[in-house]
Amino acid sequence: MSANHRVNDFVIKLANVNGTGSASSNGLLMKSIFRMGIPVVGKNFFPSNIQGLPTWYEIRVTKDGYTCRTGTTDFMVAMNAETYANDLAELRPGGYLLYDSTWPRNEMLERDDVTVLGIPLSGMCNEAFDSARAKVLMKNVAYVGALVALLDIEMEVVETLLQETFSTKPHLMDANMQAIKMGYDYATKNFNCPLDLRLERMDKTDGYVMVDGNTTAGLGSVYAGATVVSWYPITPSTSLIDAYSIFCKQLRVEEDTDGNMVNNYCVIQAEDELAAIGMVLGANWNGARAFTSTSGPGISLMSEFLGLAYYAEIPAVIFDVQRVGPSTGMPTRTQQCDITAAAYASHGDTRHVLLFPADPTECFEMSLNAFDLAERLQTPVIVLSDLDIGMNDWMIPEIQWDGSYQPDRGKVYDAEALRDMDKFYRYLDIDGDAIPWRTLPGVDARGAYFVRGSGHNQYGGYTEKSDEYKQVLDRLRRKSDTAATLVPAPVVEHGADVAANKAWAVLSIGSCHGAIVEARDRLAAEQISFDYMRLKAFPFDQSVKQFINSYDRVFVIEQNRDAQLRQLLVNELEINPAMLVPLLSYDGMPVGSDFIVDAVKNELQLQGAAKAG
Amino acid sequence: MSFIKKPNITHPDLPRNAIGLTLRDYEGSMSTLCAGCGHDSVSSAIMQAYFELSVEPHRVAKVSGIGCSSKTPTYFLGGAHGFNSVHGRMPSIATGANAANRELQYIGVSGDGDSLSIGLGQFSHAIRRNVNMLYMLENNGVYGLTKGQFSASADKGSKAKKGDANAYSPIDPALLAISLGCTFVGRSFSGDKEHLVPLIKSAISHSGFSLLDIISPCVTFNDHEGSTKSYAHTREHMRETVYADFVGQHEEIVTRSKPGEYRQVTMHDGSRVGLRRVDENYDPTDRISAISYIEKYRAEGAVVTGLLYVEESSEDMHTILGSTDQALCNVPYDKLNPGAEALKRIQSRWR
Repeated sequence: MSANHRVNDFVIKLANVNGTGSASSNGLLMKSIFRMGIPVVGKNFFPSNIQGLPTWYEIRVTKDGYTCRTGTTDFMVAMNAETYANDLAELRPGGYLLYDSTWPRNEMLERDDVTVLGIPLSGMCNEAFDSARAKVLMKNVAYVGALVALLDIEMEVVETLLQETFSTKPHLMDANMQAIKMGYDYATKNFNCPLDLRLERMDKTDGYVMVDGNTTAGLGSVYAGATVVSWYPITPSTSLIDAYSIFCKQLRVEEDTDGNMVNNYCVIQAEDELAAIGMVLGANWNGARAFTSTSGPGISLMSEFLGLAYYAEIPAVIFDVQRVGPSTGMPTRTQQCDITAAAYASHGDTRHVLLFPADPTECFEMSLNAFDLAERLQTPVIVLSDLDIGMNDWMIPEIQWDGSYQPDRGKVYDAEALRDMDKFYRYLDIDGDAIPWRTLPGVDARGAYFVRGSGHNQYGGYTEKSDEYKQVLDRLRRKSDTAATLVPAPVVEHGADVAANKAWAVLSIGSCHGAIVEARDRLAAEQISFDYMRLKAFPFDQSVKQFINSYDRVFVIEQNRDAQLRQLLVNELEINPAMLVPLLSYDGMPVGSDFIVDAVKNELQLQGAAKAG
Repeated sequence: MSFIKKPNITHPDLPRNAIGLTLRDYEGSMSTLCAGCGHDSVSSAIMQAYFELSVEPHRVAKVSGIGCSSKTPTYFLGGAHGFNSVHGRMPSIATGANAANRELQYIGVSGDGDSLSIGLGQFSHAIRRNVNMLYMLENNGVYGLTKGQFSASADKGSKAKKGDANAYSPIDPALLAISLGCTFVGRSFSGDKEHLVPLIKSAISHSGFSLLDIISPCVTFNDHEGSTKSYAHTREHMRETVYADFVGQHEEIVTRSKPGEYRQVTMHDGSRVGLRRVDENYDPTDRISAISYIEKYRAEGAVVTGLLYVEESSEDMHTILGSTDQALCNVPYDKLNPGAEALKRIQSRWR
């Protein structure tokens, strides 16, 4: 067996030109592997562009079921002449490169340590297909055919997938199958198939699905009972609303008594994010579950209204699918860079509830959490997802629904309660948990009050009196303490040899999780084990402080330049900053396990050197 | 502002409306605006209109932005919920609220500062969506709370209190609204309650977005000589086009002026608005001629008032979106939750 022999554990990267229809071919490839029972990860690195710029799709085949990138490429499908040089350079020694040999390759671009496989994809497709569009599209399908032979993908699986896709368009099925066979036959005839880099059927994907986090967040919002959505298009959050809308069209339309099909939901594309959040507040004020979805620039625009919602205590759910900032930044790249902006959005003293999903499973779960918390606490809840979670293809266990879920609508006086009441006061802390009772418009005149962002007292009246103002503001601070007890608790995973390592531990959030899981396994193999806390929400509860204080140092891993999570920990828990070591990845690519392994080792070395010195 | 609080006792002989309420039941808290402020007259016209329409106060939702006019929703309909939002963004609150509960009546109160600068975008888009609401734009040409700067509705050449002349062209909200496809546009004057009340009642009965541009002079900063938004100037330059004579669903039409000058429009709820043409050249159902008429007289310095434009068959936001008739906020969760089977079905496509 050669050193290069790798079964079910390698990375295929496909370099394409945006707008050439490569996404469906790459999806077909990824799903074929998944259907063979082999865990996969699909990451899309795409430009902010409609047509012409380079785009990559990376498929990690991972028999161990990891969910992150590794940082290496074993097989490159180089379909873009523009990026060819870099794509070749990126391959690890011993890797493979497949390219379209219809045109001659620049001889300057050679590497002795990789195997280059040329297939005249364009030539074959130009001959076989008539329309200009088909000639372009089928090139991509043909390389999938070649990979079927080279990697030993089961042809029946590919065929079944194509049949499912084109069940209503049989002529497309035929053309696609023809292209697959063309690539397959060429590879079998000209190369030694399969390669030593190849696939073997497993049974590790039973009970799993492949999905992105925006889809599950949209679906979760349907299951949470959200009825009103207002949004403004922005990458990478748009597909969340698309998902919600599509599911609603399937699940929330009914025939009324007059025989008309009517919607039990309402999606409004707003004129901007200022209006989107305004509509969400208006709808929540009226007692509907309403939400919006946006990204960093939208959070900046929504900040003023978020301050009003915090102060006037109006529920709202905001999904922030983070992308690279500041400003427009890199709209199609990922980061965790809105933590500070979201936690304290708006002028004045504010503090918002944040949820940090780590994968599409949690995007679904936290959609439900978010609506429950928003209504229970009568405040905005911001779900901080990111482009990596929201738009990439993740393998997750099938989501279960046990039917016992009932929405927590929080403290709302209904008509009956109001009938027995002398007078209703909006902001009284009756129960001692700093959460007041509210009423909904249209129910009873006794419940009427005036929502205002201006100074108000605990009765809901306008005030400019210092003590009355402070009373409300101080209660809001206490409400934040209540929030810390209600939000999802952090998860702690102990190292293999916990007692041995009290010197340091790791703390992180969101989409860093997958990379940390693999990094822990890789480091454990080198006898480096450590405890790991993953935060799921803000405000932090006391267990976070206790965890940090149990070690000499805690490495805080996050994806932004300024260590925003670390800042928040220092600020909110009054932790000595020297105890928190930032390990930061902020190049816009999803963080990989290699980054974490290297960063941890590097930090340990530095500390060792410091001690020795 | 007035410092005399009215007693809570109601005179037994006060007239009652169809649901047994008196005008007092439509009052709010005490106004904190300047004595003589046009906005207070508008508030009282609003109370009168809802009283006459026999609307239960708690079935109305009041929304506003920021500014003097936006403060007024506390001064009427104390039994209704209210929402004083942020500057220029009342339309989005109203739109979201309406999306959640289409069964309530919505009244938005705004001013020229709130609607025509930062709020111009939201104002325009609420019109485009034809949100079913009454939008009161209390227009005085100045920013009062910040002490008298010109607003975007101030006429070119109009003098500020300290003497400076406004250098910029005004935005006419009524013209803008008609050009955007607004389905009900009226203009009136806070000092003319006789015209204002039936106009408000007609606007409330309209299904869709109704804009009322109310010239409502600022007694403190914009009621001097040289101002084109003063009481005196407005009275002198008003040019009434069409008088809206609101007729309820079951009422008989009593007033009828010269034949040929009167026509009726049936509103969504079955009530009718009689349109009495003051100027026989004006047709409030013809958009193009309405626009050119208003433009023509505007150039002459006149303030064209009355029911300026109405579109009888108007589809509001919910009709356009195909929403259920029921308020979405009242749809029970059982109906919203697709259940376990649906979740399985959806996920089978993710394999």
